[in-house]
Formats: sequence, C-alpha cells, structure tokens
Amino acid sequence: MWRQIVPAFRITAIFTILTGLIYPALVTAVCQAFFPFQANGSLIRSGGAVIGSTLIGQNFHRPEYLQPRPSAAGNDGYDPTASGGSNLGPTNPKLIERVRAAAAQFRHDNPEATGPLPADLLTTSASGLDPDLSPESALLQAGRIAGARQAPVAAVRELIEKHITGRAAGLLGEPRVNVIETNLDLDRQFPKH
Amino acid sequence: MTSYGVFQVLLYFAVIAALTKPVGAFLAKVYDGERTFLHPVLRPVERLIYRLGGVRENENQRWTQYAGSLVAFSLVSFLFVYAFERLQGLLPLNPQHFGAGQVSPDLAFDTAVSFLSNTNWQSYSGESTFSYLVQMAALAVQNFVSGAAGVAVAIAMVRGFARQQAHSIGNFWVDLTRGVLYVFLPLSLLGALVLCSQGVIQNFHAYEKVKTIEGGRQVIPQGPVASQEAIKMVGTNGGGFFNANSAHPYENPTPVTNFLEIVMIFLIPAGLTYTFGRMVGDPRQGWALFAAMSILFLAGVFVAYPAEQAGNPILAKLGIETAPTNLQPGGNMEGKEVRFGIASSALFAVVTTDASCGAVNSMHDSYTPLGGLAPLFNIQLGEVVFGGTGAGLYGMLLFAILAVFIAGLMVGRTPEYIGKKIEQKEVKMAMLALISTAASVLVFAGISAVVHFSQGGYFNPPGPAIANLGNRGPHGFSELLYAYSSAAGNNGSAFAGINTNTPWFNLSMGFGMLIGRFLFIIPLLAAAGSLAAKKRVPATSGTFPTHGGLFTGLLIGTVIIVGALTFFPALALGPIVEHFLMHEGRLFSGLLTGAWS
Repeated sequence: MWRQIVPAFRITAIFTILTGLIYPALVTAVCQAFFPFQANGSLIRSGGAVIGSTLIGQNFHRPEYLQPRPSAAGNDGYDPTASGGSNLGPTNPKLIERVRAAAAQFRHDNPEATGPLPADLLTTSASGLDPDLSPESALLQAGRIAGARQAPVAAVRELIEKHITGRAAGLLGEPRVNVIETNLDLDRQFPKH
Repeated sequence: MTSYGVFQVLLYFAVIAALTKPVGAFLAKVYDGERTFLHPVLRPVERLIYRLGGVRENENQRWTQYAGSLVAFSLVSFLFVYAFERLQGLLPLNPQHFGAGQVSPDLAFDTAVSFLSNTNWQSYSGESTFSYLVQMAALAVQNFVSGAAGVAVAIAMVRGFARQQAHSIGNFWVDLTRGVLYVFLPLSLLGALVLCSQGVIQNFHAYEKVKTIEGGRQVIPQGPVASQEAIKMVGTNGGGFFNANSAHPYENPTPVTNFLEIVMIFLIPAGLTYTFGRMVGDPRQGWALFAAMSILFLAGVFVAYPAEQAGNPILAKLGIETAPTNLQPGGNMEGKEVRFGIASSALFAVVTTDASCGAVNSMHDSYTPLGGLAPLFNIQLGEVVFGGTGAGLYGMLLFAILAVFIAGLMVGRTPEYIGKKIEQKEVKMAMLALISTAASVLVFAGISAVVHFSQGGYFNPPGPAIANLGNRGPHGFSELLYAYSSAAGNNGSAFAGINTNTPWFNLSMGFGMLIGRFLFIIPLLAAAGSLAAKKRVPATSGTFPTHGGLFTGLLIGTVIIVGALTFFPALALGPIVEHFLMHEGRLFSGLLTGAWS
C-alpha cells in the first residue's frame, strides 16, 4: 500500500485540477454564454433592484396576495440561507397542532373555504422555498384576494387559472401555480389603491 | 395512486431498461481498453494523466495491490478534503467568508469520510458552511473519484469471473482514470448543461440580497450548482450543494430536471449489469441480475407510493384532503414539493435508496411509516437494487454467490457461478462483508439508543444521544436506525430531523461509513482475486443455470431473507409499530416511550 502513496498524491492532484477546477469552469462558461438568466438564478428585477427569483418562494402575509405554503426554512419561513423541511414525523404532535392551527387560520381568512382543504396548503415543503401552490390551493384564495383588491372574483380566478402550469409533456410532475409570478401579475392587473 | 403517477413510474423504468444495453456495452469497451467514439479527444489526455501520475498502464495488479492502491488513494483523498475544509478561510472563491469556525474537526472528519466513501451524509448545511472552492474542488472531486472507484471495484470483481488462472484483476489507477475520463466527465458535462437550461444555477456570485415584493428581506445563496448536481447524480453520491438537496429549486427546478436526475442515478448501475454479462461472455447472466433488480425496484415503488398517497389518517381527521384530484395532489405533502407531488417524490425516494445515492427531493423523515420503511429497507438490503455506481453490481454479485451457495447446500453439490467453483474462501469473504456492515448498523444504533453523555460535554452537548432526535416514540428510533443504515450503506440520505453534528455522531457515523466501504470492498476484492485464479469448469447437465427465472427468484429470495432476518426486529420497533399506532391515532411527545393523544 505504501508504494502506492506517490501515485495516490499525484492522481488526486490531477483530478482535483481536472474535475474540481477545469470542469466547473467549463460548465460555468458555457452556461453563462447560453443560459445567463437561468445560470444566474432566474432573478426578477424591478427598477434595477432584485425583488426575488421565480424559483425561490417568498413570504406573503397581506390579504391581497396569494399566500404560499407554510415554510420551515429559517425562523420566519422562506429563508434561503436555511433551506429544509420541518422533518416532523406523522405521529409528532407538533405537526398535528401546526396543521390544525394553519387550517383554522385559513378558514378564518377565507370563509368561502368550507370543504376539506388541499394537503399542500397546510404542510411545509421539503426545501422550505417551494415557489408553487397546487391550483386548488391558489383558487381557494381568489375570494379573499378579490375582496382586498376590490376586483371581481371571476377575474381574479381567471388570472390564477392563466398561471396554472400543467404537467411536463402532459405526464411528469403535478399541475401548479407559481406564487410570485401570479402575485406580480395581480399587482399589474388589479393594482391596490 | 393516479394514472399519471403510475405512468411516470413505468415510463421511468422503460427509459432505464432501454438505456441499459447501450450504456453497458460502452462501459465494457472503456474498461477493456477498446476504442470508443471519445478516444480521439480523450486518449491523449488519458496518456498524459498516466505520465504525470507515474502510472504504468500495462502493469497488472494482484488483488492485494489493487486493494492497497484503493486504500492509499482514499487516504490521500481524506487528507486533501480535510485540509480544504479546515483551511477554507485562507483560500479563494469564498464570497461569504466561511472559515474554520464553520467546520469543527469532527465535522471535517465526518464530511471527508462521507465524500470519499461515496456516502455523502451531510451533518452540515452547504449554504451556511462551505465556500464555493470547497464544494467544487474538494467535495465534487470526491463525487467523481469515489464513484469511479466503485465502478473500478465492480469491474475487478467481474474480471474475477471472466479471467481464468490469472493472478491479476486489473490496474486500479487505470480503471479509476478511465471511469472518470470516459464515463463520469462526459455524462456530467452533458447533464450539467441540460440542468442549467432548466434553471439550475451556475455562477460564482456572492449571495443575492433581495427586497421582496411585500418589502421583506431575503438572501438567496448562489454558486456553481449545476456542475455539482450532475456528478452528484451520475456518481450516485447524493451530497447536495444546499441543505435541502434535490428538493431545492436551484438544484431541481422542474419535473423535467427531476426525471432527468433519477435517470442519471440508475444509468450506470443499470448499465453495469449488461457490462457484467458481456465481460463474462454471456449477456443473459447480466439480464438475470437486471431482472432481479427490476422486480425489487418496482416492489419498493409500489409500497412507498400508495403509502404516501394514502396520507396521514390523523391529518385527514382535521379536514385535510388526502385523495388526489386534477387540481391538488392529496396524500402526505409534509416535506414534499408541489411541482413533484406524491408520485415523483416517492419514486425519487425509492430510486435514491435502491442506489446508494442519497440525494432527496422530499424529506423522508416526514413520510408515513410504510412510505419511510421502503427507503430504509432498501438501504438495509445493501443497496443492490441497481445500487451505487459499481457498489450495486458488486453487492449483487455477493448475493449471487450466497444464492448459489444456498442452492448448492440444498442439492449437495459444490456451487458454481459463471463457471467458477464457489468455495470456502468466497463464501467466507461474502459473509464477512455482509456481517460487518449489518453489525455496524445495529451496534451503533443500539448504543446510541441508550448511551448517556453529560449535558454540555464534549461528545454530545445536548446530553444523551437520543436528545438529538427530532421526533419521539418509534419515529425517533427510526431516525437513529436510518442514520446508521445510511452511513454503513454509504447512502447519505437521512431521516433528517436528527441532529448529527456533534462529535459522538460525527465520529461514530464516520466509522460506520468506513466499515461500510472498506470492510465490504476489501473482502470482495479478495474473493475476486481467488476467483480469477480458478479454472472455469464446463457446464454439465448438473450445473445450476444462473441465467433463468429460477435463479432470479432465488436471488431475490436471498436478498430479502438476509435483509429481513438481520433487520426485522429493529424495523418492528420503528416504522412497523408506528404504522399501527398511527392508525390508532396515537401521537408521541415523550422521549422514547411517552404517549400523548
């Protein structure tokens, strides 16, 4: 084994340069040339300042905005420097209490929601940064948003429906609504006075 | 389950099945040193590496030299990674100014062992611990070479069956170099570009400071993610750039990237079954292994997927919809992303634990008991369902040796596999590998369940080891069992509610990973050396054919019986009892026993 130490050092050094420096540099060069928007984080700018990323969820508390799923990232949720889930197991009372409270709050804020609530609406995502809601979770908020914006409910529903992304190739993943894009569109179509 | 979900699973399996032969044939050519379409470009680079590395391409190694090279290489890898981690504050590409303060010596040990052993267990959060340089030049380098080392060992094992009266099983340095150069680099390059086109980031910017739409503040980490994400999947490593791993939208932004990532996990492991068949001169032998793996894979998916879709009955009582409709996913969505829903999450969980990948796109800790049992049991079976790059094949060959041994006992004949007599030495080595990993899981998990440390002390500041658990009752025990299974199985996924960033867990899991890697590989290389030296005996009417349905069935039975006999008692204390109690509506808030409802 000791006779192999010299090639071990040399080969490790060679691969550190090849796969640790040249490879990522090459990928960066090609990605920055061909996909600069994606490679730099799909950032949304407004008046020069970055106001978010279409891929990274953010907190919305006000009634006129579509509100995202609860988040376990950071203390206040949607903290991208602390991505992650709640890691609460199915028999943990903390999970049950949290969902019970979130359900009560949602029903209070959205009196039209009388039936069973969609599972994604009351559960935290794996990343804590989920940018999406299921279409039903978004549509259930249309009445509240319309009221807060003094806009017709049907028009708000229509706007949300316009933002539904279907399954990829009609098969992969699940239908979803991007919360940030929808909220930006709400601000454009039904600005709050 | 939805028809979309079932179609996704079947489409995925069809894609893997279709790619197995072309990938496998390519791998066979590469490791036999035949010319491939990449040779015009890469052959000069390969020669240059041998010249700079001081490697003689035509030198053949005995199994002891082969194993010695692997161990020496791992030792040097350890020193490199450890040094990079601890010295990151002095090195460039560190816009967030992380230093040694983020990386204690025990964490640096655990992480270095974790990456060199292809485990990629992470006691840390990438976005708040490591500089870009450490991620790409220390950790991602290990993603390449530990994956390639795994394939090298598998190929050496295959040569044991393919060669006759030979002293050598190949040259480790040559196998390693060829794997990195012709297999992992091109696939990663291609994968990284496709991932980036879909939204995976690739830059060296400082973290982005954001004023959100409602006027709040957000800091969004950046980094060279696409290049690392690609090799993390192709090399079945699984260590995420970010804490949330492949659930993070910057690692896995769409259902398309998700599908691509799980294809990348099984690509090489599935291909290697064909490589095996081709190199021993009978492709049917490879397909028999492929068939056994496929059945175990589909069984895992169709345990986890329905369990997750059925959801949590305790939440259902609170008025949560668990049945899927076209507008919402239903099921157990705690710890899952909307864009993946139930099917893509459960499929990913099964694939990542069939293979020794360990990347996750959903949080296994929040799975229902049976949904979480599937990934846990997959790891405990030895990750032989396609498995890690190389590790899956050599693990399955170990079970093949045991299967023919058991068959031989039943009929009273000396067992043979691929024309080689399976004798005392091979069976002893197979058992040594199997028992050391299983013992490492059960002994460490057992110790952790009872061991006491003083609160605030060095080894485990929270106090007893079970104080680090994120959940109570049987689910807490599952967290422990999963952690040590993941370490010894070199998987790296977690029931992540457990806090393992303390010296006790970092050290004990680090040793678990070393045992799982080296006390598995070295005995297998010994068996390979002994097999290579043997003559091939011609098949007679009394030979048990190992390319048909009977052998496939026997192999599946061996895998399941060995796994179940070893782990059933422990599983009964974790997910199995939790399943029944969950349906009774029981909740757990006391440490390991207390009930609350």
